[in-house]
Amino acid sequence: MNLNATLVAQLVVFFILAWVTMKFVWPPIVKALDERAKKIADGLAAADKAKSDLAHAEKKVVEELRKARESATDVRASAEKQAAVFLDEARAEAARIIAQAREAAEAEAGVAAQRAKEALRDQVAQLAVAGAEKILRKEINAQAHADLLANLKQELQ
Amino acid sequence: MSTEAHGPTAGEYIVHHLTHFNSTGHAQSAIIDWSVWNLDTLFFSVGLGIVTLLILIKAAGAATSGVPGRFQAAIEILVEMVADQAKGIVHSAESRKFVAPVALTVFFWIFLMNSMDFLPVDLLPKIWALISGDEHAYLRVVPTADLNGTLGMSIGVLLICIYYNIKIKGFGGWVHELFTAPFGSHPLLYPINFLMQMIEFLAKTVSHGMRLFGNMYAGELVFMLIALMGGTATVFGFLGHVVAGSIWAVFHILIVALQAFIFMMLTLVYIGQAHESH
Repeated sequence: MNLNATLVAQLVVFFILAWVTMKFVWPPIVKALDERAKKIADGLAAADKAKSDLAHAEKKVVEELRKARESATDVRASAEKQAAVFLDEARAEAARIIAQAREAAEAEAGVAAQRAKEALRDQVAQLAVAGAEKILRKEINAQAHADLLANLKQELQ
Repeated sequence: MSTEAHGPTAGEYIVHHLTHFNSTGHAQSAIIDWSVWNLDTLFFSVGLGIVTLLILIKAAGAATSGVPGRFQAAIEILVEMVADQAKGIVHSAESRKFVAPVALTVFFWIFLMNSMDFLPVDLLPKIWALISGDEHAYLRVVPTADLNGTLGMSIGVLLICIYYNIKIKGFGGWVHELFTAPFGSHPLLYPINFLMQMIEFLAKTVSHGMRLFGNMYAGELVFMLIALMGGTATVFGFLGHVVAGSIWAVFHILIVALQAFIFMMLTLVYIGQAHESH
């Protein structure tokens, strides 16, 4: 517990150590700490900004979806309307074609009937002639004539 | 020589361990003798000072603002702790550029010097005895258990305080304060004020150095007493040494860190006071 010159030496060492620390140790460490603090602050700010950007984008997406849905509904409605128009037109066309076809068929059938009637008339005439021939060939027989005529009548019907 | 036939007595053992290896080669007899150097204190305090600087400079060189490694983070925690304390106590950013590094150095250096207590009390003295070839060579390994070491540092703090007193208040302002504070400005009170101020400076500096010295000296002494128990080479002594030595070493970890912290805090407080006008 005696005092001696060690005290002075310790005093000098104390100041040398303090000076070196002040010069070479403290500034770089504190600088690094401050820089890191700034970096972290910047990172947090960027994260906040990204978050708000994301929220904004999500809102925009919802808006766009809503718009797309609306326009899709519009498109579908107009398409349906147009399809109905097409369908009506097609139906009318079909009805027209059917009517035409029926008309044509009827006309053709009329012509065919006329022709058949004419052919029938020819045959009747021939039959009449043939009948007359048969009658003429046989003797005149009232009874027989009446039967023949009745026969003829039946054929004509 | 009858003492060489058997080991030293307890008293001789303690006295031997409490004697410095100094430039005279024998124990200093006068209380104050400025021609004597304690070579062991100088060696260990300068050596640990260099270790302190190497560790801190390594951390400073590797310091990046990116992700820190464990070593860097540990040093940064320390630096941040000191910087926060300095910011709370010394309200001058300009002064803190010097004061905060002083506090960091003091903390780290004293922590390492105090930690020399954890080495077995006989380890380094025995090694030194083998190296020097002198069986009775003196060696004390804890520089903070030497009053010269602690008072040297506390006087360093005193000089810093005086420097800031003059720098902040001007030489005239400081002298004015020495004579007018704490009791007030009146010619009759001048001597009393001055006396109080001198006592304050003396008490601060002496208690600053003595507190650390006393704690480490007492800790060292207790380790020696515990070592004496083991030295009896009995079952009781061995068990006592192991149990008491373990408990005291664990407790001493607290003292080592606490005393380093207290010395650092008082350094900041005293320098902070030098910035404030009464």
